[in-house]
Amino acid sequence: MTNNEQEGIVKEIIGKLNKQFESRVRLGIMSVLMVNESVDFVSLKDLLDITDGNLASHLSALEKNKLIEVRKQFVGRKPNTRYRITASGRNAFREHLDYLAEIIRLKR
Amino acid sequence: MEQNQEPIQQLNAIRNMMERSSRFISLSGLSGVAAGIIALIGAGVAFFYLDFDQRYFDIDRYFMERSYLKFDHSWLFITLDALIVLGLALFSGIYFTTRKARKKGLKIWDSAARRMVINMFIPLSAGGIFCLILLYHHLVFLVAPATLLFYGLALVNASKYTFHEVRVLGISEILLGLMASWLVGYGLIFWTVGFGVLHIFYGMMMHYRYDAKHDE
Repeated sequence: MTNNEQEGIVKEIIGKLNKQFESRVRLGIMSVLMVNESVDFVSLKDLLDITDGNLASHLSALEKNKLIEVRKQFVGRKPNTRYRITASGRNAFREHLDYLAEIIRLKR
Repeated sequence: MEQNQEPIQQLNAIRNMMERSSRFISLSGLSGVAAGIIALIGAGVAFFYLDFDQRYFDIDRYFMERSYLKFDHSWLFITLDALIVLGLALFSGIYFTTRKARKKGLKIWDSAARRMVINMFIPLSAGGIFCLILLYHHLVFLVAPATLLFYGLALVNASKYTFHEVRVLGISEILLGLMASWLVGYGLIFWTVGFGVLHIFYGMMMHYRYDAKHDE
């Protein structure tokens, strides 16, 4: 394989990468939800170290795309919003990981 | 929007987030070393105190011969010694772990820490109650093995939420506890190895693997 061909393949895979995961915050949210059954808003905020508004907008975008789901409940009188990854979110994230691995392998 | 295009960087960020959100990584190796040293001192104090009565470290028979649970001075002394060791070990553990978290700018009491502590305390409190029941039944010789066994089980259980060395330490404590329950009468020696020597050994291992590179 020539260098040009290889670069072409890499570009093709980069094109396939999920645009949702380009943002550092969204990638972070998905990573956390991959290894935790469900996570509440405050824990996510602490882990990612961002503002309420910023986190909320990323979360609603992911929710709209059905990558995560939201469950609102009450702990005592305090509202507690918990997030969990959906089956399609899990698949999309795995696919993303596979593409990343593929790119690294080709570039080597 | 902040982006990271390099695949290697992305993978590192993913790994970092997964670890930080699911594992309690502020646990300091030095807290293990400190707990071990404190346990050794406590065991030494008990040893020399008992030696005074020419009973050496055969602590179990020593107490059995003394008409079981007669609450005399030596009982009070050993119980006090054990409680002081426990208190100091917990204190130093919290101190070194807090220090490490602060250095790394991490939150100490996060959900991973909570899960680790809860999962540790389920077998540990069962063990504590079980040991009190053993004392109630006058089975003093099984107390030291039981503390090792239940502590080991607690560590194995908690290790899912922190470094994997904790799991190996837990398995070592379980094996030691089983040996101690077979070789009755050497409770203090097994206890010294389990809570003193092993803590120092694994504490140093964790310190050099995870902490030493990053600070100082």
